[in-house]
Amino acid sequence: MLTRFVLPRLGWAVVTIMLATMLVFGAMQALPGDAATQILGQNATPEAVFTLRRQLGLDQAPLERFITWLGHALTGNFGTSLVSGQPVGPEVGRALLNTSFLAGITIVVGFTLALVLGLVAGLFRDRWPDSLISTVALVGMSIPEFIVATLLVLMFSITIPIFPAVVVAGQNATIAELAPSMPLPALSLMFVASAYIIRMMRTSVIDVMETDYVHTARLKGISMARLVVKHVVPSAILPTLNVVAMNVAWLIGGVVVVESIFNYPGMGSLMIQSVQSRDLPTILLITVIGAMTFVICNLLADLAATLLNPRLRYPRNSK
Amino acid sequence: MTSPTIVVESTQVGRGFWTDLSRVIRSILRSKPATLGFALVTLHVLLAVFAPLLAPGNPTSNNPAAVLQFPGGAYPLGTDTLGRDILSRTLYGGQYALTVSFASTALAVLLGTIIAGLAAFYGGWLDQVITRLLDSVLAVPAILAMLVLVTVFGSGPEVIVLAVVVVYTGGVTRVVRAAAMDIMPKDYIVAARARGEGVFYILSREVFPNILDVVLVEFAMRASWVVLLVSSLSFLGFGANPPTPDWGLMVAENRSLMAVVPLATLAPIVFLATLIVGLNLAADGLAKSLGVDRMKEILG
Repeated sequence: MLTRFVLPRLGWAVVTIMLATMLVFGAMQALPGDAATQILGQNATPEAVFTLRRQLGLDQAPLERFITWLGHALTGNFGTSLVSGQPVGPEVGRALLNTSFLAGITIVVGFTLALVLGLVAGLFRDRWPDSLISTVALVGMSIPEFIVATLLVLMFSITIPIFPAVVVAGQNATIAELAPSMPLPALSLMFVASAYIIRMMRTSVIDVMETDYVHTARLKGISMARLVVKHVVPSAILPTLNVVAMNVAWLIGGVVVVESIFNYPGMGSLMIQSVQSRDLPTILLITVIGAMTFVICNLLADLAATLLNPRLRYPRNSK
Repeated sequence: MTSPTIVVESTQVGRGFWTDLSRVIRSILRSKPATLGFALVTLHVLLAVFAPLLAPGNPTSNNPAAVLQFPGGAYPLGTDTLGRDILSRTLYGGQYALTVSFASTALAVLLGTIIAGLAAFYGGWLDQVITRLLDSVLAVPAILAMLVLVTVFGSGPEVIVLAVVVVYTGGVTRVVRAAAMDIMPKDYIVAARARGEGVFYILSREVFPNILDVVLVEFAMRASWVVLLVSSLSFLGFGANPPTPDWGLMVAENRSLMAVVPLATLAPIVFLATLIVGLNLAADGLAKSLGVDRMKEILG
């Protein structure tokens, strides 16, 4: 299992992350002007730009710079921010911690709730709880995070002012300082990210309820609670885990929008800032983290699929 | 009707394109949500096309004398901070959203389908290279890729289309390739290969017609995501350029004044939400009537 399934995938994961970083690096090379002109502004003398460019290593060929970057990156040195002059690692690390906190709440609370809602909808198929939950899921699938966030602010910051509309704690705020302004960003993310999970859980609960072993269990007179806990949830949750894993990767996009709306000092805000200021080292580290999230989620999704269908473990014999 | 080959031919003729189409349309009309979805999308297309006739004013002309007006009189939904008519801007907003999203989705699906067809047809190392390369593109967070592309090439509509194509072609390819791989071992394709038919003939006459259902559902589903992504990009200030009337941009412009002129924010929200709900319902209906598992397509 380990050597045949996990190791080759891990190898490809590393290649994928490297290629993804290279693509972003390449795209950034096409930018007119570079960080040196960006930092010094319009009125800088050519000499000053030249000197700074040398200091930043921008005078080398792109491929050479990418290889240098890669070599350093493999030893954990991701360079210094072209804007703040500080090492990129700790800066991105702080943002990552804040984002993980926000995403963590969303995943733990939102995804659990989504699984429960999907289960309820599946068990009450075509009756009112199902209609209600399915409609909520459809709306969640259909409205972008910025609309959910805007409406939540209208409801809970303007109409009934109970939650702050923006995070006022600064860039270096601790988690404890951020916590009070958490509810609205987390709710916005939860609503959108849960939609597909609710849907998938509902579908797979319905599928499981139709199987022979569930019919048999019901005919034997098993209690509903026992049926759900023992038979329905374990079988229905596996295909759903796949969607859960994909959703974690999708969360990245939502995080960017939500953080920018609420001024939350995380990866999303940092991403927008660093793209705007063309801060390549920061962008590259964000790309690495983003690609890693995607690859790990994909790997977990594959694992879930394999656990579900043992035939996939040996692809060559499956035909 | 003596040889088995002719029997195969005749069954293929029997399920002709028009018969299939009318069957699909009938099955969509039987489902209330699907009908609602197609109706909503059609309504939005009509509103966008006829916006110049329907809108009471010019969507981009400022009026310093009528800033932040309440609904009424010449401004049925009021005005924004620059005195622009909200109703007109909202009606015109569909033009940008629909053209950019439709063009980019169509291009991404077309390109993805062709790449997927080639990968499935040739298999071997070409397939491996395509799959790995697209996996790497997919690994770059979509929003980051779009931000970078817009920063590099500017935020004109053609750049947004290009960026969406870059971000979504990989996903389309993954799904369509899987569908194409499924039918590659089928007898009619093996037979066509044995007859010595070329790649163009086999893909266009044998493969694509038989995976058209998957491609169509993919299109409908991607369209709803693209509208969502494009509007989010506009909202972040990386999409439609002011003063283009665009829903995402309007929400961004008027959000801070929600307590004063709520309709300036709510009108574009309602339009955008109904469009995407419509697209989602339509995609669901299409998937159901074509017998494609939508959740499976999402997972690729």
